[in-house]
Amino acid sequence: MSTTSTPSLPAAAVPGRSIAAWWQAAPFTLVFALFFIIPLALIVMVSFWDFNEYELLPGFTFKNYVSIFAGCGDASEGLCVTLKTYYSTLKFSVLVWLITLVIGFTVAYFLAFHVRSSGMQTLLFVLCTIPFWTSNVIRMISWVPLLGRNGLVNQTLMGMNLVETPIEWLLFSDFSVVLAFVHLYTMFMIVPIFNSMMRIDRSLIEAASDSGASGWQTLWNVIVPLSRTGIIIGSIFVLTIVMGDFVTIGVMGGQQIASVGKIIQVQTSYLQFPLAAANAVILLAVVLMIIWGLTRLVDIRKEL
Amino acid sequence: MSDASRADSPVVVPEATGVARRSLLKGTAGILAAGMFPAVHSQEKIVLRYLGTAVNQDKAIAEKFKADTGIEIQYVAVTTDDVTKRAVTAPNSFDLIDTEYFSLKKIVPTGNLKGIDTKRIKNADKITTLFTTGMVAGKAVGDQGTAPKKVIYLEGEKSKKFATAPTQFMSLIPTVYNADTLGIRPDLIKRPINSWAELLNAEFKGKAAILNIPSIGIMDAAMVVEAMGIYKYPDKGNMTKKEIDLTIKTLIEAKKQGQFRALWKDFNESVNLMASGEVVIQSMWSPAVTAVRTKGIACNFQPLKEGYRAWAAGFGLPTTLSGRKLDGAYEFINWFLDGWAGAYLNRQGYYSAVLETAKSKMEAYEWAYWMEGKPATQDIKSPNGDVLAKAGAVRDGGSYESRMGGIACWNAIMDENNYMVQKWNEFVAA
Repeated sequence: MSTTSTPSLPAAAVPGRSIAAWWQAAPFTLVFALFFIIPLALIVMVSFWDFNEYELLPGFTFKNYVSIFAGCGDASEGLCVTLKTYYSTLKFSVLVWLITLVIGFTVAYFLAFHVRSSGMQTLLFVLCTIPFWTSNVIRMISWVPLLGRNGLVNQTLMGMNLVETPIEWLLFSDFSVVLAFVHLYTMFMIVPIFNSMMRIDRSLIEAASDSGASGWQTLWNVIVPLSRTGIIIGSIFVLTIVMGDFVTIGVMGGQQIASVGKIIQVQTSYLQFPLAAANAVILLAVVLMIIWGLTRLVDIRKEL
Repeated sequence: MSDASRADSPVVVPEATGVARRSLLKGTAGILAAGMFPAVHSQEKIVLRYLGTAVNQDKAIAEKFKADTGIEIQYVAVTTDDVTKRAVTAPNSFDLIDTEYFSLKKIVPTGNLKGIDTKRIKNADKITTLFTTGMVAGKAVGDQGTAPKKVIYLEGEKSKKFATAPTQFMSLIPTVYNADTLGIRPDLIKRPINSWAELLNAEFKGKAAILNIPSIGIMDAAMVVEAMGIYKYPDKGNMTKKEIDLTIKTLIEAKKQGQFRALWKDFNESVNLMASGEVVIQSMWSPAVTAVRTKGIACNFQPLKEGYRAWAAGFGLPTTLSGRKLDGAYEFINWFLDGWAGAYLNRQGYYSAVLETAKSKMEAYEWAYWMEGKPATQDIKSPNGDVLAKAGAVRDGGSYESRMGGIACWNAIMDENNYMVQKWNEFVAA
């Protein structure tokens, strides 16, 4: 928008990067290689190894990948375990994504456009982060006595004579899992969306209103497109976290709901590392595909 | 007398200074021995890293052992599955392992465990025959699954193989064991329960739970399958692929009909499920039942007509252990079998490996209640003083002989373990 940036900058940065630039990038490259690239390469390597009860057998075999998809070709048996697990994991991801998006957008909108003083904005924003002062697991477990068969919610409902027998689906169900996820991860939506909303030029909204746009039209045609970066970043956070999560699904689902992460955990605890590695590689591929799809919608580098 | 007076007056008797210095040195040695110079004393200190599950890692045991010997026990608490994983992948991360006999099939072939020299174990001969020969009171008990007698002896100190006949080297020195069964809430069920089949009874739909440690959970499931009359296994602890399919299929059908409220993996989870009334019947561990009871909630460790699923844990030593730490570990094992710890465990509802020494540390009325199945002549208290049973109560499952004599199978690692875990994941995903 502004024309103050020097036009010579991109031209100078692209061809013939100086040695200094490489040096500047080196520390992070090193950290990245050491703690991400190398471990990842090892996981990919191990996923092609064979194993027995107590040791890994170096070699090259597709056995692990084949056994993950065993039975998936046979439609008469219904979905195979792997597809069923991915379906269940994806279902949670999409549900949680939708709900956190709506809540996150609303909260961010309120903070950005309705709260006038910046002091109040900061205060309310900090208020949003307070739940993060306690650990994830504790915030999650605190739902259990609330939602249980003899929990607070059921006791209240029964005390008010609204229900006769305790509601069973409140705990250890899809409902409780989604609830906990939304509780835990809405913040990851609020922050990036709020951030991009704060950068929207307020005169654009005045212009929209001057041109006769209704509140909804302004929201849909001005604010949503301009918050797109925040929405996409928040979505990437939420989707990737939920895809890999197994603790929340375990605790809130009564260990009865499958997730890809849980399968990997069970396999590692039985020393089936190659199988777990193969599963991890597949999970990574799926998550990368989701992120790739999302980044097609917006050029994050340009928007930042 | 004369020595002291000489030492007191070195100036008068000059040649006595040497004596005075010597007595001063002696005094210093005494102070050192009494532990009054902490900096010097800390070099002497042995710390044993004790790897095991939280259930067996009692603070009181470590404290008493430290008070008796000065050796410190540092607990490293992980889940049952993780104990095995650590033993196989990181044998240097502990000095003493407390694991179950069924895990040995995975650990021993790696060579990470050192055979324990029974010559250095004072009470080795007194270890109950359940472990050495598989007998209780002269009668053989069920040996389906990984019965300790199949894996307790090694061919040598550095052997990776189990011995078929008793040798000088043990893989694990047994510490605690018990026979598990279903736990129930009698106040919420309100009728007698006497068969494993009740776990899948539709009457308890949405109120049952099962253990989510595949190698143990599948054994419970097998007990249920047999009790329901669906199939009789030649060996529940070593199923064929077809038998695994059948067992898991039974579980999946029950799950699809909403039988299970939750699956549990950890001691505390099972206590919470039961105490909160989310679950009224579930496979359970004896101390978990005790834990529910100490909250003042009725809970039975219900004897069932098909028998029990037994388990046993013991102490093992990593191959890398040597020198003073090794001596310390042997000292701990000897101390453990010497009675105090055994009595402590017996009072929690476990059984100790050497009954004789434990008996000597228990009151006669306690022994009669816990081990002989007799009605309590006075209130029975847990080691920390909570009342577990009122006078007149009888222990669930009766005497040691009727409980341990009623073993149907042992926790196991099957030959088809990998397949079993895969099918178990299918059950969880169903």
